[in-house]
Amino acid sequence: MTRPFWIRLVANPRAAFGLVWLGLVVLAALAAPLIAQADPFAITGSPFARPFGESGLGTDSLGRSVWSGLVFGARTTLLIAVIATLSAVAFGGLVGALAGFYGGRIDDLLMRLTEFFQTIPSFIFAILLVAMLSPSATSVVVAIATVSWPPIARVVRGEVLTLRSREFVQAAITLGERDAAILLRQILPNALSPLIVTGSLLVATAILTESALSFLGLGAPNLMSWGFMVGAGRSFLRDAWWLVAIPGVAILLTVLSINLVGEALNDALNPRLRTP
Amino acid sequence: MHGTRLVRYALLRLLQAVPVVLGVVVLNFLLLQLAPGDAATVLAGEAGGAPPEYVAELRARFGLDQPMLVQLGLYLKNILLLDLGYSFRNSAPVLDLILERLWPTLLLMGATFVLSVGGGVVVGLLAALWVRTWRDHLISVVAVIAYATPLFWIGLMLILVFSIWLDWFPTSGMEDVVAFNEGWARIIDIAHHLVLPTITLSLFYLALYTRLMRATVLEQRGAEYVTTARAKGLTEGRITMRHILRNALLPVVTMAGVQVGALLGGSVVVETVFAWPGLGQLAFQSLFARDFNLLLGIFFLSACLVVIVNLMVDVIYVLLDPRIRVGGA
Repeated sequence: MTRPFWIRLVANPRAAFGLVWLGLVVLAALAAPLIAQADPFAITGSPFARPFGESGLGTDSLGRSVWSGLVFGARTTLLIAVIATLSAVAFGGLVGALAGFYGGRIDDLLMRLTEFFQTIPSFIFAILLVAMLSPSATSVVVAIATVSWPPIARVVRGEVLTLRSREFVQAAITLGERDAAILLRQILPNALSPLIVTGSLLVATAILTESALSFLGLGAPNLMSWGFMVGAGRSFLRDAWWLVAIPGVAILLTVLSINLVGEALNDALNPRLRTP
Repeated sequence: MHGTRLVRYALLRLLQAVPVVLGVVVLNFLLLQLAPGDAATVLAGEAGGAPPEYVAELRARFGLDQPMLVQLGLYLKNILLLDLGYSFRNSAPVLDLILERLWPTLLLMGATFVLSVGGGVVVGLLAALWVRTWRDHLISVVAVIAYATPLFWIGLMLILVFSIWLDWFPTSGMEDVVAFNEGWARIIDIAHHLVLPTITLSLFYLALYTRLMRATVLEQRGAEYVTTARAKGLTEGRITMRHILRNALLPVVTMAGVQVGALLGGSVVVETVFAWPGLGQLAFQSLFARDFNLLLGIFFLSACLVVIVNLMVDVIYVLLDPRIRVGGA
């Protein structure tokens, strides 16, 4: 149990698989213009070329390269999911911290608000938001962040609630430190591990939401994404099923990897709370 | 559980749900303000343009020239009278359109509920009984994969394999309309169309409940009442079926109640993939027709649906778990 944290993480074969695949996806997203046709919407060959033939992973109905779409789609999907999750963590963290730290009426009010956002059908709400704000990368981020902050608020509130009564926090309060300083310097570092675990799992949900939105045609226009590729290939399912299958497998493997790494993080950071 | 007390409890929970419903109405109103244009410009646009005086007159008639708070009051009053507005695209009141599409969605959700909760309980229990064998590992791997699969994609893959390649199930729709089936033939036809959408929508929840059930059964196996039952000389099978199973059901029921909202969201995607004529498909159509009245009405009624189902789950919970005393403390 004294082995360093990252060795415990990599020693878990599930986590190792997840880390390898995520590493590949991030690398492909970063190096996209170097390893693929610069414009994923450009026509590069004859339409409906089969995968693993002459043109890499084949081409779609308009002759656009599937490989190029995958690599640039990784950019869009990862970027939107990560930014949306960071916004959700910031907002949910703030709500949870205020609720847990001040308690009383503020806590009641904020937790009612959190429950409200957990009760309403979140995906339909996300669709509404994107439709009302008109589809763009920003509105997709806003929509995903708006529907995914409540779990973060709950986790942070719980942590702050228990940490607040600990001696070192009480000491800081007695010393007259400002509330913001106590929250940021004393409480936040100690609440980090559950926040990291919940946040990393939220990225997976955000990818699924982003893909579903782009599949429905509500994604960011002019940006290639995996969900959009599945949606576009859908009409040709009978004759060119790989146009649907390939981007779907990319989504599946990425979400799976994030979940596996998230679970392993949970086991490594909270060894007593191992998942059975 | 005393009957009248249960009714009182249900009424109390219904009262607690009122702020949620009001909150959704206010949220809807705010979203409507976000949308470009208002009802008057939409109407004028539908008519193919209108002079500004006519638009102003329309605004006055709808109360759109009133202050924001008065408008909110009007909107609230209308919704509480179940007047959800008019869909100009479909030339029909929003409420009628929604009610017409409600039962296919309820059918799909009901079937999903039965398959995912029933399947999750059985598979999760089996995994717990086979703990740390290859069967348990297999179930856990399949569950982890199902948990990460995008709904729309697995729906399309099921269509590809079972409809296009094997031709076992229809690709889309809820029934064979041109066949004019009646009675049992129609029910069988609908059930046939229901299979793939239900499997698609269930898969994620099946995985979720399986994992939850497995964890709960393993946890309950170490509980003191199990040791007591074992000391009494009960067989393992009887302990599992009569004691552990009942206690392990509670978290699954709770989770199933929590997931209703997400289930409705999933049904938008599934209904779009399978052209299932329910609320989700209606939402998708109104989205692209930019029919905001209809979209907001669907959101409002789905929120009400979630509240109602949550209420039902709470009541079921009280019936299942006699430890919860209602009306007392």
